[in-house]
Amino acid sequence: MKVGIVGIGHGRFGRRDDCTVQELAFEPFKEALEDCELEKKDIDATVIGSSPEYHKQRSISGVIAEYLGMNPQPTWLTEAACASGSAAIRTAYGLIKGGVHDVVAVLGVQKMLELSTPEILALMGRVGDVQWESIFGTTFPGYYAMYANRHMYEYGTKPEHLAMVAVKNHEYGAMNPKALFQKAITLEKAMKSEMVAYPLRLFDCCANADGAACLILANEEKAKKISDTPVWIAASATASAPMSILRRETLTSLPSAVEASRQAYKMAGIGPNDVDVADVHDCFTIAEIMAYEDLGFCEKGKGGKFIEDGQSKIGGKIPVNVDGGLKSKGHPVGATGTSMAVEMVKQLRGEAGKRQINGAEVGLTHNVGGIGQYCFVHVFRR
Amino acid sequence: MGFKIFGKVNFTPYTKVERFADELRDNKLMGTKCKKCGEIYFPPKADCTKCMSNDMEWRNYSGKGKLVTFTTIHAAPTGFDDIAPYTIGVIDLQEGGRLLAWVEGIPQEELKIGMELKAVPQIMEDVEELKVIYALRR
Repeated sequence: MKVGIVGIGHGRFGRRDDCTVQELAFEPFKEALEDCELEKKDIDATVIGSSPEYHKQRSISGVIAEYLGMNPQPTWLTEAACASGSAAIRTAYGLIKGGVHDVVAVLGVQKMLELSTPEILALMGRVGDVQWESIFGTTFPGYYAMYANRHMYEYGTKPEHLAMVAVKNHEYGAMNPKALFQKAITLEKAMKSEMVAYPLRLFDCCANADGAACLILANEEKAKKISDTPVWIAASATASAPMSILRRETLTSLPSAVEASRQAYKMAGIGPNDVDVADVHDCFTIAEIMAYEDLGFCEKGKGGKFIEDGQSKIGGKIPVNVDGGLKSKGHPVGATGTSMAVEMVKQLRGEAGKRQINGAEVGLTHNVGGIGQYCFVHVFRR
Repeated sequence: MGFKIFGKVNFTPYTKVERFADELRDNKLMGTKCKKCGEIYFPPKADCTKCMSNDMEWRNYSGKGKLVTFTTIHAAPTGFDDIAPYTIGVIDLQEGGRLLAWVEGIPQEELKIGMELKAVPQIMEDVEELKVIYALRR
């Protein structure tokens, strides 16, 4: 039995100081219901993907389900840091596959900017292993900077390669009306921006944002009845890796991504060359270069050349992050995984507008949690 | 004293490996080894994730190792803004395991991945309470 996506909704990403978290969640939920012409009573459960530490409101699924008018159907939260949205998709996928529910709404949402700067800075200092690493003031960019330095040492990757990822994703983000930054940048601007964690500069880092994106999933029978253009989940795969970089075998690859993609390709019966379009987790520019390699889009160590040769651009071998990626679209932690999936549905339906990949049949998402302790890879088909 | 003395900012005052901090205060860097299967842990663990035994012994470390990667943090989190920018290095320890610490006394330009460094225990004197840490030096 297949699981299909029948409805999608995507809110505007950015500094949303005009709404609460439940008001933010309402936007894509309403859009998704209208997209598939379902009523609330047709939905069996709501699974929320979010990272709770950013919210003032505790236990947000309760508040959100109430605001959406989704009582008395069940609701709960899934958490896998920056991959919480994909964790919610996989949870819903499993519930439908197992016959527990027929139709499930998956809502990724994050209201990050209600925390004060000191609160964000305190949280920022606890992304790593707090016992052995955070005591030295490690940060998110700091970890990816350490991956970047090692990648440069082993494979000769250059700061220019990192900047090229930023330039590409801003170019495409400019075509996405839901993106936080809708403006192209130059290579020079990226390479002259201030240093955050050597060698990563400001333009190597994605920006925090508020945002929400929603998907309505249904079993095969219902999906065919509800929609003329269901998009099928051909694979839902995930793996974990040591959280501490002191227990990792490699620092130039995310083992969780390698394992999740291996499972995903097997499940979908495809290889990397069959992927027509992909959204990968570019929380930092080096993360996108590592993703090319971990997903097998290019050989290990050739990620820098892949971007340099334009292989991840529209018209290249596999267009990556043509919605702007986390880099330009913004990264509302829990919403990112569902936002990626919404983009794949748009691409496979042929509704992606200026950034449409013509004839796209297979889409892939790669959503990483934390510094690589979780990775979810989903494959979507028309 | 317990583990709360470990680190400029400490998030985990309670742990089964609290002896680590007391030994560090006495200028000793120690890891653990599983008495059943021989697996080596640095940072130390109280439980063997390989064979599931909790019969562990402590062993001494020289602190010597090779630089695996590094970064310099410019945008610092709470509790570290007063020392930014600061350089962090990761070394593979000669006796097994891996360690992350501040790099001291070496300009970032002179850091080369693969170079020999040594983790040295030190008592932090610029903070109010007693705090112990280790740092990477030549």
